[in-house]
Amino acid sequence: MSGSTAMDVRLAKTIVNGLLIGLAVLSLAPLLWMLSVSFMQPGEASSFPPPLFSSTPTWHNYDELFAKAGMGRYLLNSFLIATFTMLIALLLNTMAGYAFAKLQFAGRERIFRVLLGALVIPGQVAMMPLFLMLKQMGLINSYAGAIVPGMAGIFGIFLVRQYARSIPDELLEAARIDGAGEFRIFFQIVLPALKPILVTLAIFSFLGAWNDFMWPLIVLSDANLHTLPVALASLSREHVQDNELMMAGSVVTVLPVLLLFLVLQRHYLQGLLVGSVKG
Amino acid sequence: MKASTAGYLFAAPALLVIAIFFGVPVLAALALSLTDFDIYALANLDNLRFVGLHNYLALLQNPLFWKALGNTFYFVLVGVPLSIAVSLAAALLLHSRLGRFKPLFRTAFFAPVVTTVVAVAVIWRYLFHTRYGLVNWALSFIGIDPVDWLGDPHWAMPTIILFAVWKNFGYNMIIFLAGLQAIPEDLYEAARIDGASTWRQFRHVTLPMLGPVLLVVAILTLAGYFQLFAEPYVMTQGGPLESTVSVLYLMYEEGFKWWNLGNASAVAFLLFALMTAITSGLLWLARRKGVE
Repeated sequence: MSGSTAMDVRLAKTIVNGLLIGLAVLSLAPLLWMLSVSFMQPGEASSFPPPLFSSTPTWHNYDELFAKAGMGRYLLNSFLIATFTMLIALLLNTMAGYAFAKLQFAGRERIFRVLLGALVIPGQVAMMPLFLMLKQMGLINSYAGAIVPGMAGIFGIFLVRQYARSIPDELLEAARIDGAGEFRIFFQIVLPALKPILVTLAIFSFLGAWNDFMWPLIVLSDANLHTLPVALASLSREHVQDNELMMAGSVVTVLPVLLLFLVLQRHYLQGLLVGSVKG
Repeated sequence: MKASTAGYLFAAPALLVIAIFFGVPVLAALALSLTDFDIYALANLDNLRFVGLHNYLALLQNPLFWKALGNTFYFVLVGVPLSIAVSLAAALLLHSRLGRFKPLFRTAFFAPVVTTVVAVAVIWRYLFHTRYGLVNWALSFIGIDPVDWLGDPHWAMPTIILFAVWKNFGYNMIIFLAGLQAIPEDLYEAARIDGASTWRQFRHVTLPMLGPVLLVVAILTLAGYFQLFAEPYVMTQGGPLESTVSVLYLMYEEGFKWWNLGNASAVAFLLFALMTAITSGLLWLARRKGVE
């Protein structure tokens, strides 16, 4: 009797761990293969059966991308756009989130409800008029045009507000009684208290801007301003046969965000939960 | 400075940005969808005319719109349940006390979520290559002839669905995992004392307790899957035989390839109306079944 339950447990253990390993292989195999193929000689990956590793690994595809396809430029564009979007979004969303959590002003709750209601509107609805508007302002084909829609977000405000509610009112009142101005309170008391959620918000904004495709595709038609995803999509239409080159391009696009995620994983997952379950 | 002034001052920058670059454009899109804004109007606004509901009516008679709608529904109706099922299965595995190295597996499962859609779609296109792809090579071992995954109208959408599930399942998995961890252990204890099997514990304890989480996940996933765009743009360019043209792909082509911005706005609003209707339907159903 006890022998068979021990067997059952061992079988169940094998199944659970086997499935975990299988799913991990499925999750990571495409990414690992991308990495492997990116080091293959041109044409090496176009054979059957597909080779898993290069017989003569080379940096050739990366050289080609940066020397001829202008990958350095795209990397810089992506980096600048994502960084500026992140910095501006961080400042604006934090200020607003704090205001909605801790500062009294007329209409506060009503405005917040309107914001939450607006979450259901897909961003693409706004794209056509936004394009015309930015065209009037001369911002088409500029970094500013790509940054503008990400400068403030309802989700970011919500994230900060949820977290800022835990700041004790007494702390803020004490500072006010000591004669501290509202901006000083914000920068010296509120921001330090919000540090964990600021990291979360920063990753979300940066990843969102880095991975965004449709809006940069619309607003940045000048090839010199293309971000990595836009450049990669157009390269992949030109170089349908150059698998090795395209895989190297994918590595350059994906690696920065994967590394960022690995380093700051805890903050990212925490933000994800605040945004969905508690909402 | 009074606290209320401070409140306005702190909230104003973000609210202004949202109002100017989101609120106004959404309202303007509604107006734009009632005009014949096209490439001539783009050159000179004198060419702009009010056409009432003409764009909407024309869309409802456009076979490509219905095709795009059908494709999007196909993607949503198969992709969302499949995606949720895989997420839940992965969360149950990670929650099981029998599993080892769980943080490591969690990171592995989540990695595809943070990757760039365009980049991994490029990988996927190669993985499913008819002649050189790993997938057809693997299938050849069980005697299946090469399939032209992205070139065959019957297989292109299923391939994109598989891609979306692979890319996204980690996201909902994290939400489910938090939901599972919130279920009190005593409930399982009681079920075990009553002699309930693992399956019955899942059916009668886990699923009902996860109800509210399931609802949130379903709504978020639905909204996301209705916005299918980058995958067909990179992998199939809407083909073959328009079998992967999604509603947003149609909107993009109408608006930014042909510059029919009025028409494109109508497409966007129809999609929005559809998403709202389906989400409301889901909420109504959930309320009737007693899930909060």
